[in-house]
Amino acid sequence: MSGLRLAAMLSVVITIGIVIALLGPALEFFREVPVVDFLTGTRWAPRFANPSYGVLPLVTGTAWTTLIALCIAVPFGLGAAIYLSEYAPNRARKVLKPVLEVLAGIPSVVYGFFALYFIAPEVLKGLLGIEVGTFSVLAAGVALGIMIIPTVASLSEDAMSAVPQSLRDGSLALGANRMRTTLRVVFPAAISGIAASIVLGLSRAVGETMIVALAAGTQPTMVSSPTTPGQTMTGFIAQTATGESTPGTLTFNALYAVGLLLFVITLIVNIISIRLVRYFREAY
Amino acid sequence: MATIGAVVGGAVRPLRAQKAGERSPASIIFLVALWATLLFAMAALAALLFTSFADGLGRLDSNLFTQYASQLFPERGGARAAILGSLWVIGTTAVLAIPLGVAAAVYLEEFADPRRWYNRFIEVNLQNLAAVPAIIYGMLTAGMALAIGLRRGVLLAGGIALALLILPVIIISAREALRAVPAEIRQGSLALGASPLRTVWHQTLPASIPGVATGTILALSRALGEAAPLLLLGGLVFVTYDPDGLMSGFTTMPIQIYGWAGQPQIEFRTLASATIIVLLGMLLVMNAVAIVIRNRYQKRW
Repeated sequence: MSGLRLAAMLSVVITIGIVIALLGPALEFFREVPVVDFLTGTRWAPRFANPSYGVLPLVTGTAWTTLIALCIAVPFGLGAAIYLSEYAPNRARKVLKPVLEVLAGIPSVVYGFFALYFIAPEVLKGLLGIEVGTFSVLAAGVALGIMIIPTVASLSEDAMSAVPQSLRDGSLALGANRMRTTLRVVFPAAISGIAASIVLGLSRAVGETMIVALAAGTQPTMVSSPTTPGQTMTGFIAQTATGESTPGTLTFNALYAVGLLLFVITLIVNIISIRLVRYFREAY
Repeated sequence: MATIGAVVGGAVRPLRAQKAGERSPASIIFLVALWATLLFAMAALAALLFTSFADGLGRLDSNLFTQYASQLFPERGGARAAILGSLWVIGTTAVLAIPLGVAAAVYLEEFADPRRWYNRFIEVNLQNLAAVPAIIYGMLTAGMALAIGLRRGVLLAGGIALALLILPVIIISAREALRAVPAEIRQGSLALGASPLRTVWHQTLPASIPGVATGTILALSRALGEAAPLLLLGGLVFVTYDPDGLMSGFTTMPIQIYGWAGQPQIEFRTLASATIIVLLGMLLVMNAVAIVIRNRYQKRW
């Protein structure tokens, strides 16, 4: 019994462990680099002769890939959710649900490979004629977006399926057609779940590593256009971690400062998502 | 002076199929747009599988399974160390995560008093942990290994990192499986004089095994495909020996794919896509097992 409780308490221990593991080296880092310089600096060059630790280039990289991912995942994920919840006959569901489940189960490193060798050269350059190099935030963002379609779709579908049938019947009885019923009745009634699904997708896009490490590039520059390469926060962590960095050096500690920032951002996003569900939840 | 008929007649327009019916242009465009979104998802999946398979299928030979990675002769090298490493790491992860996860789920679902603040805190904490990026778990484990003097590049560290990563997922899915067991079974057992712990061990837990197993296998398949936390633990790309214990150096398939995909030579790319096929094959088997368990053994009360 107390053993069982200890197992449950372990989750709290893990959280505390994360905070300690990140805070220790990060605090050492901030003793040498002021927090304000870190958060507002526009040059990230930890390995140069005159190192500079402004995190904004990494933040812009993450912001661009996440934004592009949402531009893909929100329309396509919601479209799939609406179709599956409101329109799909049983036979169509039987085919479409597994497609989404398979998409959700594919490892992110495979999406990275896909972005590098198919999306960038074949789709963006070949099909759409966009001038992108081997690495670009656009290719990484598109692959990220495809990866989080199932997250948005399945949670939104759950939210819409939970809307009681009587609301739909009422709307249809008043003469609204199916499209109107979906957009004006079901969608607003399910908005808390839908918003939460988008926010959860966003948090996965911010924290995803392998796709951006493979396809976004490794130069931390202020990203100003989607066709340029850029490095994200997770991309920097992955790149520095695979190189040789000795514990205790400033470069090593910079890794943990960026990790802490990433942790705080995803934590805030997640708290927003939990609040959203509570705030808008309508009990039927 | 207007008659009542004129006023009403002017205000109420007859419903017309073109404007409000199911076959109005707007409705049809909407439905076509919905189809298009699903078509996009299916096309993306097809293209992804095609990209991975087109190159690698020809390289899916015995070399891939029997040879180690080679920097000099990529056309003859293989992913032996990575395949074995993946199996070792996943085994370690399973041994660590399953007992802990199920124990925590049993406590939270069967014994915890939800009115206590610390139990509510555990709940919120679990939700947050499930959303922490995978790479952060790598940083945690690296920090932990440093603190207790464990070498970073060992298999055990990789297993711990992935176990921490999937622990919240296992707990959440095991709780759902336990919740699906009807209260009558517990009450019956308690009424016959069994202690609460005995009830859980002999009735509730056995009844929930199919659900727990399904959730656990899906969580493990996520761990099998994950590379990010292992990057921080020095999962090496060019390992030319079989892992032979928890303290051995290791690499896994996702890390190997990452390493090869970034190389400029085309042979490495081919090797990466052949390894992707093996990885996807293993994931397919795990998912199929989960679905079979769900369909065959899951009871509906």
